[in-house]
Amino acid sequence: MALLEVTSLTKYYGDTAALRDISFEVKKGEFVAVIGPSGSGKTTLIRCINRLIPASDGKIIFDKENILNLRGNALRKARAKIGMIFQHYNLVERLSVIENVLHGRLGYKSSLEGMFGVYSEEEKEKAFNIITLLGLDDYVYRRCDQLSGGQMQRVGIARALVQDPRMILCDEPISSLDPSSSKVIMDYLKKIQKEFGITVVVNLHQVDVAKKYAQRILGFNGGSLVFDDEPGELSKKQIYKIYGTEAGELIID
Amino acid sequence: MNSLLTNSEGAGTYLKSKRIRLFLFFVGLFAAAALSMAATNYHIEDSFTAIPKVIVWMARNLVPDGKSLTRLPKILDKLFETVLMSVAASVSAAALSFPVALAGSATSCKQRWLMYSARGVASFFRNIPIVAWAMIFLLTFGQSPFTGYVALFFASFGFLARAFIEAIDETAAAPVEALRAAGGSYGHIIFQGVLPSVLPQMVSWVLYMIETNIRSAALVGLLTGSGIGFTFSIYYKSLQYQSASLVVITIVAVVLVIEAVSNKLRRLIL
Repeated sequence: MALLEVTSLTKYYGDTAALRDISFEVKKGEFVAVIGPSGSGKTTLIRCINRLIPASDGKIIFDKENILNLRGNALRKARAKIGMIFQHYNLVERLSVIENVLHGRLGYKSSLEGMFGVYSEEEKEKAFNIITLLGLDDYVYRRCDQLSGGQMQRVGIARALVQDPRMILCDEPISSLDPSSSKVIMDYLKKIQKEFGITVVVNLHQVDVAKKYAQRILGFNGGSLVFDDEPGELSKKQIYKIYGTEAGELIID
Repeated sequence: MNSLLTNSEGAGTYLKSKRIRLFLFFVGLFAAAALSMAATNYHIEDSFTAIPKVIVWMARNLVPDGKSLTRLPKILDKLFETVLMSVAASVSAAALSFPVALAGSATSCKQRWLMYSARGVASFFRNIPIVAWAMIFLLTFGQSPFTGYVALFFASFGFLARAFIEAIDETAAAPVEALRAAGGSYGHIIFQGVLPSVLPQMVSWVLYMIETNIRSAALVGLLTGSGIGFTFSIYYKSLQYQSASLVVITIVAVVLVIEAVSNKLRRLIL
């Protein structure tokens, strides 16, 4: 059953097309990697799905609702069901780990409760459990600007998880991290997908990482979807098609 | 033609022409200064030879004497009033600046027309010098402490709104994006994302504004007949230079103390 169904999605910035007539489906509980060179439309795609960027045309059906038609509270509710992880973590770095993680609950909060940061006992309990799950229990009250990059990204994952999301979108989650932290983060994302059955859609620059972790790979070039299949089907020829000949050679060697 | 030169020759010509341009710039600068002096009949050597005379005059007339020291309590009283007025003007201006800065920052405001009008308002108030404000309100409200307060308020408002807009643009974009993605409402995004990110910078700017306003209050007071500036002008106009200079010394002392205190505070919050 498809959890996310993108049909003829198009995005223009002025006259330049960032996404051209994109259609694909993501099944519930699937791990999907999106690859492609810089400027191929990966980031635009991810941000169109949760409406951080308004799409120009098309349909995005998530959990039986067309995201592009939602407004106000309905849009907030839909966003609450979709977690997001960023390349630069996007934490409020002056606040503590627990405060940042609880921000993931804001989609469920009334205006006043959320503004003053009033959370229920269950919410706090849940946040603590998730922080422990991600191995950050020694840092609960630590300010985020004192953490390493890998730790900050784990806070980002915790904030997404506390939303009780059906799906998590990741925009180049390991591009600012060293190889060992990258592996830790990718392993956590895999674990989330396997153990909690949460759908994961992740933008990646590393083809080998995409092949290792993903069940399906979407390849973009110049705003068009040029590859949509299992990692095993990603042949040399396909990589050339996604990255162009010169960059393709570098990736394959 | 460049291809005929070797790299080192090319770099040599480039550096040489850069040196010549710098030399011509300084020649031009001195020529402009000399011409201005000639046109205004200003003789630089007279200024330097007058220095000893100035020092003697200052020592005779500007060192506070016993009589001026008996006025110290009165002066300190007025100075205290001035400090309070600067704090009041800075803090109330900050309170008004914050919502205007939210409207003026591209991070927290998606309506283009609102953003540009807020930025316009901030620039307008910031680009009118404080003395002009004082003179405008002097005509409106007459000589009173309130006039001084209003002048400080409007000048601070323009400056702080501008500074807050930059602080929000610089530090809050990433958290705003994350909270929007999590389904936060506008109020959530402002109170949980923007405010905690920019608060230290905002406090730092308000402290700076308080320092600046104490200095400006002396000048504004001259015009609006309030606070320490008025005290200074009374002594000055009645030729009591010793007392007037005591006023200046106390202002300098208070500004130094406030600066030290606010630096301490800054280190605490950052």
